[in-house]
Amino acid sequence: MDLPELTLAVARDGLRRRDFSSCELTSAYLDRIQASGMLNVFSHTNPEATLAEARRADAQLADADAPDMCGIPVAIKDLFCVEGMPAQAASRILSGFCPAYESGVTERLRAAGAVLTGKVNMDEFAMGSSTEHSAFGPTVSPWRAADTDARLTPGGSSGGSAAAVAANLSLAALGTDTGGSIRQPAGFTGIVGLKPTYGRCSRWGIMAFASSLDQAGPLTKTVRDAAIVLHCIAGHDGRDSTSARHPVPAYESGLDAGIKGMTIGIPREYRIDGMPEDILAMWEDGAAMLGDAGARLVDVSLPHTRYALPAYYVIAPAEASSNLARYDGVRYGYRSPEGRDVLEMYKHTRAEGFGPEVKRRVLIGTYVLSQGFYEAYYRRAQRVRTLVRRDFETVFADGVDALLTPSTPSSAFAIGEMADEDPIKMYLNDVFTVTVNLAGLPGISVPVTLDDRKLPIGLQLIGQPWQEDRLLRIAFALETAAQFTSRPAEWWLDGAA
Amino acid sequence: MEIDKNEAARVAHLARIHVDDHELARIAKDLSAIIGFMQQLNEVDIEGVDAMTTATPMVLVQRDDTVKGGGLQKQLMDAAPVAQEGFYLVPKVVE
Repeated sequence: MDLPELTLAVARDGLRRRDFSSCELTSAYLDRIQASGMLNVFSHTNPEATLAEARRADAQLADADAPDMCGIPVAIKDLFCVEGMPAQAASRILSGFCPAYESGVTERLRAAGAVLTGKVNMDEFAMGSSTEHSAFGPTVSPWRAADTDARLTPGGSSGGSAAAVAANLSLAALGTDTGGSIRQPAGFTGIVGLKPTYGRCSRWGIMAFASSLDQAGPLTKTVRDAAIVLHCIAGHDGRDSTSARHPVPAYESGLDAGIKGMTIGIPREYRIDGMPEDILAMWEDGAAMLGDAGARLVDVSLPHTRYALPAYYVIAPAEASSNLARYDGVRYGYRSPEGRDVLEMYKHTRAEGFGPEVKRRVLIGTYVLSQGFYEAYYRRAQRVRTLVRRDFETVFADGVDALLTPSTPSSAFAIGEMADEDPIKMYLNDVFTVTVNLAGLPGISVPVTLDDRKLPIGLQLIGQPWQEDRLLRIAFALETAAQFTSRPAEWWLDGAA
Repeated sequence: MEIDKNEAARVAHLARIHVDDHELARIAKDLSAIIGFMQQLNEVDIEGVDAMTTATPMVLVQRDDTVKGGGLQKQLMDAAPVAQEGFYLVPKVVE
């Protein structure tokens, strides 16, 4: 059996049947991680500590009733605090930082016996759509276009998490999604990415980017695997004041119940100018697949869609400028040797410690919150946010169970391709995903097909608040119909011919 | 809305980020482009619309006023770039 080819669900069942041990499974992944240097996915590994966790999981598996995640290797985005691992948010300003506490969601993974294989790369402080804005250098997608050997981005900001799963370096990975940072990289790498409802998973111990938008979630090979991971990491945590007390259903058990009689909305505002033919065709095909599975398709309107992106780029940087004020060279990480007094020390530390995109967003956020501009920008954006949310509430009240849209406006682009572009061009990557964060809804990206360059493209499903179970059921129906089985070639594997 | 070099320098000061003079023109241009993009929001009729300040409607819960956890002083101080005898050390604040 080729262990790295398994899905999480199949590996779980194999562990229970004693077909293999967690130590064998984990070793297979560690070997591949070791040989994946060309992709620059992992920023931290500790094989000895990881294997010790696998041995503990094997002991736990010997008892009956071990949790589903027991013995399963999982990679963690560098934004999460994990005890015993450095946490740097891919930023120079946190170089050398080792947290003294564990994030709420990784605590749940550990309690279930999951094996944490290491930290994976990301855009610095989760700000970006390409994993190029990282103190560790860019992560490379395992995918290559048919027409060029150019190195492609896996998307971002959870690009390391996406590349880890797409390249079979991990059975699953944790990411975070503030404006699309789980769903866009999942779309670019042909895997499943789920952003849960805001408040579903604890934000405790996750370095804050934009607190009213941030949400943790899984990146996996299949919808079933996403259901299994979500069940483990969801639930109330008293240390996060926005964590919800809603019950967490057994997501996996209802997956194959079918979608007969459900209503799927196709929002007309997502048909934007200049969208590639392949994306449009996939969208139509996906809608037809859901129709064939028994769902009713309706055209719907979300009239404030086009204002979501500018509202997001007021609100997210505003919150970021406040959250990132704590990185000042006093309590953790990097301190600049420059500066005669404390104010100059702060300024030099932040100038040298933050990368250009983080600085840009902190400056924008500071500007929109500054005296005289607060009402004109920040307050106005928050009121537009209300309208974006109302658009969704209106269609859900009309009986729509979920909405179907493309995950991204294009397939993956090349590393460096956006370097000389206007920053707004990069922000347009989030055009289909930010609405979901503004409204606090759950969303999932499902891989559907390859485009004309033989790169994966996917569809997003947007669900009602707290209805991840229904959302996953629809995603499972789409996945079943789409039959996406393409995998990237292993040109990057050390020792590969 | 055009942001000039003086305005860019003011924002950088408020954000506590050191910027060299030769960088100011580029930063002003970047900020102007992004602020320009935000101007679209002025087209929206927001009359009578409340600001959305929380992602999902919820009552902010309060914790019991009791001591929990703590005792992490050593680990926290160990993470600091410079600390001594339980204090963070910084360059002088007052001449």
